[in-house]
Amino acid sequence: MTTSVVTGVGVVAPNGLDREAWWQATLDGKSGLGRIGRFDPSRYPVQIAGEAFGFDPADHAPQRLVSETDAMTQYAFGATNEALADAVVRPEDFSDLEMAVITANSSGGVEFGQRELQKLYADGPQAVGAYMSIAWFYAATTGQLSIRHGMRGPCGVLCSEQAGGLDVLAQARRVLAKGTRLVVSGGTDASLSPYGLVCQLATGRLSTRARPDRAFIPFDPEAGGYVPGEGGAILVVEDLDEARARGAERIYGEIAGYAATFDPRPGSGRPPGLRRAAELALADAGTLPDAVDVVFADGHGVPELDRAEAEALTALFGAEGVPVSVPKTMTGRLYAGGAPLDVAAALLALRDQVIPPSVNARPDPGYRLDLVTHSPRKARLRTALVLARGYGGFNAAVVVRSV
Amino acid sequence: MSSISFDDLKAIMSRCIGELDGKEITEADLATPFTDIGYDSLAVLEIASQLQREYSLQIPDEAIEEMDSPKAVIDYVNANLAAV
Repeated sequence: MTTSVVTGVGVVAPNGLDREAWWQATLDGKSGLGRIGRFDPSRYPVQIAGEAFGFDPADHAPQRLVSETDAMTQYAFGATNEALADAVVRPEDFSDLEMAVITANSSGGVEFGQRELQKLYADGPQAVGAYMSIAWFYAATTGQLSIRHGMRGPCGVLCSEQAGGLDVLAQARRVLAKGTRLVVSGGTDASLSPYGLVCQLATGRLSTRARPDRAFIPFDPEAGGYVPGEGGAILVVEDLDEARARGAERIYGEIAGYAATFDPRPGSGRPPGLRRAAELALADAGTLPDAVDVVFADGHGVPELDRAEAEALTALFGAEGVPVSVPKTMTGRLYAGGAPLDVAAALLALRDQVIPPSVNARPDPGYRLDLVTHSPRKARLRTALVLARGYGGFNAAVVVRSV
Repeated sequence: MSSISFDDLKAIMSRCIGELDGKEITEADLATPFTDIGYDSLAVLEIASQLQREYSLQIPDEAIEEMDSPKAVIDYVNANLAAV
């Protein structure tokens, strides 16, 4: 029986380019949202995003890899270096087949892809770079990390929109149970080229507000959509006994429970699947709702989705029955990188015994949620529930627990 | 342009995939297989694609597969430029 634990955490986020910078900014309520800076957004309906300004890929990978990868993969280079250093893993102590890379992806390498497609239209097929054949694929990040770090075990990529970042942790648990010794998991996305942004508009869920502090306010009576962001988190996941045997310096917590559900088709009259995902994840962890100390909510910022999530939470925990946090109000929604970043927040909350705030949101009292809003809250924390939903009906829930 | 020199190729290689982890390619590497100096098959494809544009050459895929070292590239390009 394996106990899957996180021993290393790496982060690239709009409000902090490494783990501790991001976590301190998060506790301080410093937002990374602002007017889009990579291109002039004035002719687009969406003005605000969470961009990882100041990230220099050359600090994290050789130029050769930088020129053949999209930003989504470059964020993963940085976060993986940080996570492996944090876990004090020496890959040479493992055989290559004992280590795996399993990441989530949703946006693909759209900035790289847009650039090469523009060359195709402007100058013809010969002008398109050879790396177009891999750089914008969903699996590019897993592949590049696998090659770079010599991790050739059961690698994979999961694409379940914004829920995939939890689904990969379940896959990491599965391969650890089958004998893999170490998994680099989580996810990073970068969706903010003009083409990438236009692709996202079709859902109708993006915020078109121009004020960074009012653009993404989940559970607020004025909620009007979400803000897209870029970055994510990479986690090193190992079996607890293995981690202890090799002398891992920190055990952040256990991936104690997981479940995924799929929403019924629209108009079926059946309830959405988020509550069932949470219940099944708690059951998988052998935990009752009253043992949960904090919930990191999906917090979509879309009124009907906020209502559905609030109903699921009050059904499970009672009215204001558990503290709820949505630190992604400071980063925007990072697609496949969002849920791993929430898991990182949950693990650091367990480490520091503090719940991060959900700045800018003034929750609708009708939702009856105990949302931690303006400033962090000290609390005794042992078990956290992380929820994620993806467009198209994906729901996932993970329980993390101190060991 | 009627021929390609080692320096011409080096400039294209560098433009295609950037500097190689601090190591500069020298003429001593001319016959070294691309894979041994850090260029994978996609990098060679990229180099061939740049050569086709800059030297107005048509390089068939089978010829690219034979280009296993900088020397093989230079020899192929010069032979075909001379034939034009």
